[in-house]
Formats: sequence, C-alpha cells, structure tokens
Amino acid sequence: MKVSFWGVRGSIPVPGPRTVRYGGNTTCIEVRSDDGTLFILDAGTGIFPLAQKLLAALPVRANIFITHTHWDHIHGLPFFTPLYIPGNEVRIHGAYDIVNGRGIEQVLDVQLQYSYFPIREAEMRAGIEYQTLKVGVGVAVGDAVVTPLLLNHPTINFGYRIECNGKSVFFTGDHEPWRNIYEPEDEGWAEFQHLIEMQQNQLDAALAGIDVLIADSSYTAAEYPSKIGWGHGTLEGNIAWARRLGVKKLVCTHHEPTRSDDDLERVFAAALESCGYTPGAPGEPEIMLSSEGMELVL
Amino acid sequence: MTTASLITLTPELELKLGNAVERMPAFPRSVQQILDLTRRIDCLPKQLVGVIEKDPVMTVKILRVINSAYYGLPSRITSVGHAVVFLGLNTIKNLALGFAAVGILPRMNAAGFDVQRYLLHSLVVAGTARQLATQLNDGTLEPGDCYIAGLLHDFGKIVFAEFLAGEFLATLAYAKANHVPLNVAEQAVIGVDHGMVGAMLAVRWQFPEHLVTCIRDHHDPAAAPSLMMSCLRLADQIVRYHEIGDSGNPWHAGEEPVLPDALREAGVHDVESAARSVGSFEKIISDAELFAHIGSER
Repeated sequence: MKVSFWGVRGSIPVPGPRTVRYGGNTTCIEVRSDDGTLFILDAGTGIFPLAQKLLAALPVRANIFITHTHWDHIHGLPFFTPLYIPGNEVRIHGAYDIVNGRGIEQVLDVQLQYSYFPIREAEMRAGIEYQTLKVGVGVAVGDAVVTPLLLNHPTINFGYRIECNGKSVFFTGDHEPWRNIYEPEDEGWAEFQHLIEMQQNQLDAALAGIDVLIADSSYTAAEYPSKIGWGHGTLEGNIAWARRLGVKKLVCTHHEPTRSDDDLERVFAAALESCGYTPGAPGEPEIMLSSEGMELVL
Repeated sequence: MTTASLITLTPELELKLGNAVERMPAFPRSVQQILDLTRRIDCLPKQLVGVIEKDPVMTVKILRVINSAYYGLPSRITSVGHAVVFLGLNTIKNLALGFAAVGILPRMNAAGFDVQRYLLHSLVVAGTARQLATQLNDGTLEPGDCYIAGLLHDFGKIVFAEFLAGEFLATLAYAKANHVPLNVAEQAVIGVDHGMVGAMLAVRWQFPEHLVTCIRDHHDPAAAPSLMMSCLRLADQIVRYHEIGDSGNPWHAGEEPVLPDALREAGVHDVESAARSVGSFEKIISDAELFAHIGSER
C-alpha cells in the first residue's frame, strides 16, 4: 500500500513563499492498495494536481472518500478533471447528513449550483456513483477494505481506516478529541465523562493494529484553549494518542493556515520536545509532518 | 396490555399519529431558549443541552434521527448527552434549530389540556426517577434511562391532546365523572391508553426495548416490574401526590400508593418518605417550574 499527500493544509489554501516546503493545498491524500486500486481521501485543492497526474493513464477508476463536507475538504472536487471524461468511473463515498436529511450525493449537487459553478453534474461525462456509508461498516474495493468511523467535528466527520493485506492506515479527517461539556462540580459531569471515555475506547478498539495514523494536528496544546469546539486536534494530543495505540508512524497534518514553513517546524519541534520524544527509542512511533509530495510505502 | 387495545390502534391511526408527531412543534420555553442561545457565540454547550433535554418533543426528535438506520449504530442512543458525544454539539445545535423552526406548541389545545403543566409533571417525574435510580445505585440501572423514561412516559397524552383532541377532551371528562384513572378512561373512550400510543411511537423511533416496555406498561399492574419501571412508577406517584404539574390524572382521594416491591425492599416505606429521600426533590421542582413556566404567556 502506498500513501501520497497532495494537500496537507487546513481550512483554506495558502500558496506562496511561506508555504513552499510543506505546501498550501487543502486536504487530499492518495492511497494505492497493493493491486493498484485508487483511493482518494478528501477532495481539497490538492486533488487538482493529483487529477493532472491521473490523466496520464486513462481510464481512471477513482474511489473518493469524503471525511466531511466542509469547504476545505471538497473544494477541489469540481476540478477533478477525470469527472469530465467519458469512460472514467468515479465513486464518491461519505456520510449521511442528519441535519438536512441527505446522503453524500448532495456534495456535487450543492457545489455545482448555477451561481457558483458553470457546469452541471449532468454535463460531467464520467460514470459517477455515490455511496452513503454507515458507521463501522467496511466497504471492500479491490483488495482493500475501507471502514468509516465517526469522529468529532462541527459536522458529521468520518475517519477512514484502509486495510490491505495486513497493513492499515487511518486518516482522521478533522477531529477534536471528545471533551466534557460540564465542569467537574456539575451534576452531569460524571455521566458525560463516562460517555466520552466509552466513545474514545470504542474508537481506539476500532483502530487496533493500525500501522500509520494520519491525524488532524492543527494546533499546539498551548493554542488549544482558545480553539475549543472548533473541531481540531493538537500535535501533543496526537503524539499521546499514537503512543497509546502503539502505531508505527504518526503523520501530523491539516496544518494551521497562518503557519509558515518555519513556524510549522518550530511548533513541531517544540511539541516533540515537550512530549519527551526520542526518535528511534524502543516502542516510540516515527512522527512526521505531512508535506505535499510526501509518499509512504507500507 | 389488552387485545382490545391492539385491535383499536389501527395501522391508519398509527400512521396518522406517527407522521403527525414528526411535524409537532416543541415547547415554548425551549424554542425561545434555543433561539436565544444560538445567537450567542459564547453560549456554553451545557446550556444548550440543558434546554434540549428538558423538552420531550426535541428529545424524541433527536433520538429518532440518531437511532434511525442512517448511521447503522450497533446500539441505541438513549440520552441527549450521548447524542451530543456521538454527533457533535454543532450538529445537535442545528437539529434543534430546525425543530425550533417548526413553531411553538400552543399552551392550550382543543382538548383543554395544559401543555405547560404537563411538561412540569414530566420534568419532575424524570428528575425524580433519575434521583431514585442514582440512590438505588444498582449496577444494571442507568439513571439517564430513568430520566428519559420519566420525560416520555406520558408522551402519548400530548399526542392525544394534539391530534385526537375531541376524543381526549371526552376522556378527561369521563375520568372526572367516573372517578377512574386516566388510562382507564382512555381505554373506555379512545380504546387505547397513552402508554400504548407512547410505546408505539417509541418503537417507530427505534428506541431500545427496555424503554418501550417501560412506557407501554407503566400503568399495567400485571407487567413484570423492571427496576427502571419501579423508579418511574414511584416517581410518578410522588409527583402526583404532591400535585406538581398536571398530567390529566390527579391523585384521587382514597387512592392507595402502590410501592414497587424492589423499592420497598430498598427501604422505601411510603410515597411521602420516598419524596423526602430524593435528595434534591425541591431543586428538581424549582428547576422544572422555572423551565416550564417562564415564557408560558406566549
């Protein structure tokens, strides 16, 4: 299995001289299973350069898995050029939207409205299919199985576990670890605490044995108190999570859009140090920042 | 449960009531508070949850959508808090805003049934049942489930009052004229009691079996008394005895308290001492009064 990063930025694309090393495109991760089946996790602006590469070998058979439909994760979808070419097949997977009562088929429908985009879905010539997924129910495609798990964000967000021939990778999409909405002195604290611990334990159990954890690490622990409820994780929190899960590799992604490359490296180094991280120490995961063009082979 | 009641609740009536509840507006106080709270960016999550979980209509609508087949959950969600952990606060907030937009349940309906006093009854029964469960501290009993059972045990009455107003008006008169409990009058006039209708809806909403049974059988002396049902029945008696709110079934002169065996064994002697034993009974009442009454003039 091979994992390639095409977009690693959170919230909004930030091209320019401050982000050339890590990249300014929003989330898009390409995963190739052992038999070459193509999985695309999220359709941020990073999906556009990926599309350019894919055009070299037609027809394209793409399995897109949307973690959630916030702009930065679907921004690039109308620019996924294989959608316009007859003979290509694109299957788009995602969650049911409980607030407006629609499945993942709404994603292009909403984006391609007359006022916002000049082309209608009916004019896209590829075969497009939609599959709305259920929590915890894996989808087998080619030689891999993709399992959606419900995480915590201000909209329904699926993290995806991709398993292929005994290797597995998990991408959180956007995720803020569950936290208690009550204060310890409140009546509801203990019951809520029990619920969030149960939820976290269920997630950890579903992630048992993963090799690579790709996690939303937007903030530092010091920045987090002013970002509570925004739906993102921290570098330090994910380091602790990766250690707890015993993963081989942690990839920190969804970089905060105001951070320059230098800032990003600085906060990353500080987080590793504050967590007492020693690269290569027994039992420690390998920890890295995602960057555009980075490839991992499992 | 009698055979007659099953026959009387025709599929047509079941469909009519079920669909009607989908469009049923929430209680005035919660609609007003949801609109107020969601305008404030500094609104605390626990404030929002505190409002939603006090409204039977909001609560059933949230539990209904979350337990529907969309996410294919392996186990049922039975509390608003759990729904928040599961779907995230922002999704619950937007669901609640949608329910608030349906309108406001009028205080008085054509049946002459006061929904604010009904709400007060339900809230105090819910809070009391939860307290009893907490005090029993039996490992198998979830206090949160007892709260929901209390909040929703009489939901069938509000459905009658809204959607079978003429029949329910006659039922209330029948109960008064013949000095019989309301559920007996319902059987006589409508042919089915509020427990059965509440349970029918609870099945439709895919509530867990133990909650359905509790709602269905809370007036049936022949039903096998679960610990949850015992807490609910005792709470219901305490609240009726103390004339808090009104569920259309006041304490009758000469009515003998029926203390559930499980609670008698746990050292509860009578309704009066049970009320005293509920540590925060006065606070449960004052919180519920504050919630049920303010805004009732709208």
